Amino acid sequence: MDTPHNNPQDNPQDTARANTRLTLKLLGFALGAFGFGFALVPLYEVLCEVTGFGNKKDLVEAADVQQQLTPDDSRLVTVEFVADLPSVGSWEFRPKIAEMKVHPGRLYQVDYVAHNLTGRDTVAQAIPAVAPGLATAFFRKTECFCFVPQNFAKGEERVMPVRFVVDPNLPKSLDRITLSYVFYDNSTRVAALKD
Amino acid sequence: MANTATHDHAHDAHDHKPQGLKRWLYATNHKDIGTMYLVFACVLFFLGGAMALVIRLELFQPGLQFVDPGFFNSMTTMHALLMIFGAVMPAWTGLANWMVPMQVGAPDMALPRLNNFSFWLLPFAFTLLLLTLFVPGGAPAGGWTLYPPLSLQAGDSFPLTIFAIHLMGISSILGAINVVVTIMNMRAPGMGLLNMPLFCWTWLITAYLLIAVMPVLAGAVTMLLTDHFFGTAFFTAAGGGDPVMFQHIFWFFGHPEVYILILPAFGVVSEIIPTFSRKPLFGYESMVYATASIAFLSFIVWAHHMFTVGMPLAGQLFFMLSTMLIAVPTGVKVFNWCATMWKGSISFETPMLFALAFLFLFTLGGFSGLMLAIVPADFQYHDSYFVVAHFHYVLVPGAVFAIMAGVYYWLPKWSGKMYDERIGKLHFWLSTIGVNVLFFPQHFLGLAGMPRRIPDYSTQFADWNMVSSIGAFIFGFSQLLFVYVVWSAVRKGAPAPQRPWEGAHGLEWELPTPAPYHSWETPPSREVVTKGVMH
Repeated sequence: MDTPHNNPQDNPQDTARANTRLTLKLLGFALGAFGFGFALVPLYEVLCEVTGFGNKKDLVEAADVQQQLTPDDSRLVTVEFVADLPSVGSWEFRPKIAEMKVHPGRLYQVDYVAHNLTGRDTVAQAIPAVAPGLATAFFRKTECFCFVPQNFAKGEERVMPVRFVVDPNLPKSLDRITLSYVFYDNSTRVAALKD
Repeated sequence: MANTATHDHAHDAHDHKPQGLKRWLYATNHKDIGTMYLVFACVLFFLGGAMALVIRLELFQPGLQFVDPGFFNSMTTMHALLMIFGAVMPAWTGLANWMVPMQVGAPDMALPRLNNFSFWLLPFAFTLLLLTLFVPGGAPAGGWTLYPPLSLQAGDSFPLTIFAIHLMGISSILGAINVVVTIMNMRAPGMGLLNMPLFCWTWLITAYLLIAVMPVLAGAVTMLLTDHFFGTAFFTAAGGGDPVMFQHIFWFFGHPEVYILILPAFGVVSEIIPTFSRKPLFGYESMVYATASIAFLSFIVWAHHMFTVGMPLAGQLFFMLSTMLIAVPTGVKVFNWCATMWKGSISFETPMLFALAFLFLFTLGGFSGLMLAIVPADFQYHDSYFVVAHFHYVLVPGAVFAIMAGVYYWLPKWSGKMYDERIGKLHFWLSTIGVNVLFFPQHFLGLAGMPRRIPDYSTQFADWNMVSSIGAFIFGFSQLLFVYVVWSAVRKGAPAPQRPWEGAHGLEWELPTPAPYHSWETPPSREVVTKGVMH
């Protein structure tokens, strides 16, 4: 901080130089802030991974989770299946059954059906969500059509499986879990990436 | 006045200014640019106000009478963008341009040509934004917060809106840099940082907030842009992005932004209340530290705008408690203003009336903010008219009243003419009654469950909506009086003395009236500074 005694205004040239220096510093600060906005993206990812939010942990589980878990046949948990489509794109998308009673620790399979009505060859991506949020960390998928983008020919209809295990450590207060998918038509995004 | 003589040579020497259009197009003079900012803000205030009246007209009765729902949503979105970025922020920059050099004893802003550039970006930015009203798909209608995925589904308005926001951002960052450099490097000898008037202090802190968060907004909207056109997936769930992340980034900008709108108001009120109480400001240093604390806290409270998206309990507690903590420095300020008036010899000229209404009504808006900070209560209030009532209380009788108080207060110094006190007071009373009739019932509507951003509503909300709309028209049309008062003062007002308010202190009052085209070409002498900074 300049003291009143050597105030730069005493000498116009000094003032001009001090002004330029401070301006550049502040511009650099603004650029840094712009970069910080983008840095929030990986920071956010890390936070989600650490806290297990947004199902990020679940996606990296390997197929052998089942062996690590002791089945609990004394307990029954209801798993509901939900299918959603975003407001854009024309698809048919539904689970084959609406719900299933499962024993924690045992492996189950459920099938979803998707039908491409967009009138062209396309790529789709399913995004999963588990409710309530507390159950997310205890719902393990070993196989899922949501792990990779799905190619669909024009008019193609396909059955797609999900295999899952409910962790026996699931809090006792929970007896009902909802697994939902939103099925996004991804062809415009894929086209944009190819350009 | 003894000290007028000392400066006579300063304003006689260089009073040559370019004439006509060139004076404004090539303007580098802080007063000319300040005037342009203020006029621009005034025009946008009326445009944004007209949009608000379309909203209130449609909501006068339940049912759809005047506009279709899509256009209604465009009106709420555009009203917010115009008022925040087009009216309040440029008005503050205009006041800073006029007052900061005069108050710190500088001849002009530190970077005059950059100043010209900052201003002239704005008309282009808002032309882009207003063009969206005429493109296929209409103006943006997803709310000023631009939440994806809705905002990504906008029509042709999308890129125009994003580029408009980029330009506004660049303009305000450059404007802020100018203010910081002026305050840091151009103060008159003898004026230490802790001798500065509070308007300079609050603006200095505001400028740092602007430089820190406007680029973050620019980053967020750039990510929206690439998500829409270039196949990235920052917020597109289909590609593994997360729409909730946008809310985090947006509000990391958005919360400091609300203090960008209100901190300069604290400065103006801290100038006006001592003047008309004829007492020095109570607790000057605590005012400075309180402002700085508010600015710091504004960076760590953003998620209170989004409690309902789902976050861990620890997160909710952190954001709730840190938000409530802001009430402490704000309380210090309100206490200081009250203590300044305590046993003062108070008179009630128009600037003081606006400052007092600010003090009372801004505090009311602060209280509803505290209510919203409480997580379980917020789950009820979220996205209801209670939120609308809250932020309009802090922005209209808060920021806008402070801007008007500032204009009434300094107009005699700027123009050399007095405004008509009777019409000024009429404007004040109509505005204050209007604004309360307009926004107070919205608290009731919100608590009763009326959601925000809807063109039609259940008939149970009919009565208070009608009252609110009547208030809106009273408030809206009484602002024409403001234009009339300023216009008639400049055209045919009585000549103002050098110090039109007997209790006023500060270097700006040591200048002749009207303020010469170039102020303080020779820095004020130490005696003048010492006399001016007496607070």
